[in-house]
Amino acid sequence: MPDRTAFLASDGQPARLELVDRRFVFAGDVLISNVETLDVMHGSADTIDLSNVARLDTAGAWAVVSLERRLQDEGLFPLITGASKPQSALIETLRLNMPQAVAAPLPHITMTDGIALIGRKAVLALHKIMAIVGFLGAVVATLAKLALHPSRIRWTALTHHMHQVGLNAVPIVALMAFLIGVVLAFQGAAQLRQFGAEVFVVDLIAISILRELGILLTAIIVAGRSGSAFTAAIGSMKMRQEIDAMRTIGLDPITVLVVPRVLALILVLPVLGIIANLAGLVGGALMSWIELGVSPSVFQSRLVSNTSAWHLGVGVIKAPFFALIIGIVGCFEGMQVGGDAESLGHLTSTSVVLAIFLVITTDALFSIFFAVLGV
Amino acid sequence: MSEAPIIRVRGLVTRFGKHTVHDGLDLDVQRGEIIGVVGGSGTGKSVLLHEVVGLLKPVAGDITVFGENVRDTGPEEYRSLRRRWGVMFQGGALFSSLNVQQNVEAPMREQLDLMPQTRAALAAIKVRMVGLPDNALLKMPSELSGGMRKRAGFARAIALDPEIVFLDEPTAGLDPIGAAAFDSLIAQLRHALGLTVFMVTHDLDSLHAICDRIAVLAEGRVIAVGTMAQMQDIDHPWVQAYFKGPRARAARAQAKAN
Repeated sequence: MPDRTAFLASDGQPARLELVDRRFVFAGDVLISNVETLDVMHGSADTIDLSNVARLDTAGAWAVVSLERRLQDEGLFPLITGASKPQSALIETLRLNMPQAVAAPLPHITMTDGIALIGRKAVLALHKIMAIVGFLGAVVATLAKLALHPSRIRWTALTHHMHQVGLNAVPIVALMAFLIGVVLAFQGAAQLRQFGAEVFVVDLIAISILRELGILLTAIIVAGRSGSAFTAAIGSMKMRQEIDAMRTIGLDPITVLVVPRVLALILVLPVLGIIANLAGLVGGALMSWIELGVSPSVFQSRLVSNTSAWHLGVGVIKAPFFALIIGIVGCFEGMQVGGDAESLGHLTSTSVVLAIFLVITTDALFSIFFAVLGV
Repeated sequence: MSEAPIIRVRGLVTRFGKHTVHDGLDLDVQRGEIIGVVGGSGTGKSVLLHEVVGLLKPVAGDITVFGENVRDTGPEEYRSLRRRWGVMFQGGALFSSLNVQQNVEAPMREQLDLMPQTRAALAAIKVRMVGLPDNALLKMPSELSGGMRKRAGFARAIALDPEIVFLDEPTAGLDPIGAAAFDSLIAQLRHALGLTVFMVTHDLDSLHAICDRIAVLAEGRVIAVGTMAQMQDIDHPWVQAYFKGPRARAARAQAKAN
C-alpha cells in the first residue's frame, strides 16, 4: 500500500530548490500550493536530488519532470536520486502524461474571415427561417388532420394549457392594460389641454388601445410568460429523451405537445386582448375623470358615438396571428434543445426575443395592410 | 492497520419523512485502501456518500473525516476539508457551461491562486492521467460520451491531489471494456497519488479487481465488512445471493483467469 504521510495542516513546510555542485536539490513539501515559488527554468546540473523532499504531489512531480525535460533539451542526462518508491511511481506517471508544450497560436482574424463569418451567419439565419416555416407547415398540416378527426385532439391537454396560458394570465394582463390606459390619459391630457381639446382624450385612448396597444402588449406579455414556458417545458422533455420515447411508442410530438399549446394560445389570446382592451379603457376613463373632469358617462357616450366598431375588430383580428407566432416559435425553439442545460437557457431567451420581434414586425405589416384598405 | 481510520462513521441515522434509510450505521475506512460499498437499491449507498462529504445532514450519529467532524464544521474548516477530498458523481456532473479544461481547473481556481499557465499544464496532466486524449481539453461536456464524461469528472475530482476520492458508481453505464479500463485507472492512480478510495458500486468485476475491502449495506446498517474472500462466508441471504449468484461466479472466474 502506498505510504503517504498524513499532515493535518494543508500548507506544511515551504518548498525549496537549490543548485549545489551541479546538483538540483529539492527540499520541503513540494506541492501544488507552493510549486510556483520554485524556479526550474535556470541553471544546469547532472543530478536532481529528491532525498530532502517530505511530500510530493502531482504538481511537484510536474516541476521535477519539467526540470528534467529542460535539462534533456540542453543535452544533459540528469539522474533523479533520493526519491521514495511512491514518489518515483508518481514521477514515472508524470513522464508518461506530460502535455505537449505547444501553445496554440491565437487565430488571426482577417477581413476575409469577417466577411465569411457574416455570410455564414446569413446562411444559418436562412436555414433557421426555413426550419421554422417547415415546422409551421407541419403544425398546420397536423391541425388540418385533427380538424377532420376532432376526437384525436388532446382535450385534457388543451384545457390545461388554456387554463395556464389564459386564465392565469388574466390578472397580469388586466393590470398592465389598466396602467397603460392611465398613462395614456395622463400624457394625452397634458398635451390636449393646451388646445382646449380635453375631450378628445377619449378618442386618443379608445383608438390607440383598441387598435394597437391592448393586443400588442398582451401578446408581448404572453410571449414572455407562455412562450418561454413552452420552450422550457418541451426543451427539458427533449433533454430527458421523452420526445424520443414518444416517437418510439407511436405518439406524434406535434399532436401531443405542440398542437394543444398552439391551439390554446389561438383560442385564448383574443379573449385576453379583449380583457386588456376593457381594462385599458377603464384605466383611461378613471384618469380622464380625475385629471380632466371628463365624467364616466361623458366618456362612455363619446366612446360609443365617435369610435367605430372596426377599431376593436382591427385589434382582435391580429390576436390569432400573434398567438400562432408565439406558439410556433416557443415550441420550435424547445424542439431545438440539445443535450445540455446551457442550450435550454439560451434557446428559452431566443424564443422570447424572436417571438416579440416577430409579433411587432407582424403588427407593423398589419398597420400597412389596414392603411391600404382604409379601415 | 493501527492508524486511526481516515473516515469514521458511528451510529448514523438517516430518515426521509417516515422512511428510515440508515439505522445506527457504523463504518471505518483506513488510509490508502479502496473500499467498495455495495447494497440493494434503496439501501442508502449514495445517501451515505452524500452524508460523508457533508451534502446531507443525518438525523443522528457522528461522521469524522481526517479526525474532523463533518456535521459541525464551520464554513472555513469545511473549505479546507473539501480541499483534501474529491468527489465524482454518477454522470460526471461536469459544469455544462465550461469545457473540460476549465472544469478540471475549477477546483484549482477556487482553492488556490495559481498562474494561468500552471493551471493549464496541471489540468492537461490530469486529463491525460485519466486517459483522455489531448483534444478533449477544449471540448464541452455535451460533446463527450458518457465514459469520457466520467473520466473528465474523475480528473476534476483528483485536480488538487486529494487524499480521499469518493466515487459514485464509477463504472455504471460503461461497456465492459471501458469499465475494466476505469478500474485499472483507479488502481493505477491510487498507487501513483496515494489515494484512499471510497466507492459506491454495483459492479462485481470492480469489487474483484480493485477493492481491498467491501462493506455491505442492508437493513439500515453495515451488515458485513471484509475482503472479497470473506464475503463468501457471510451467512446473510442478501450477501449470499449477491456474492454467490451467477454473475458473481462469472466475475470470480474472470478475476481468477487474470
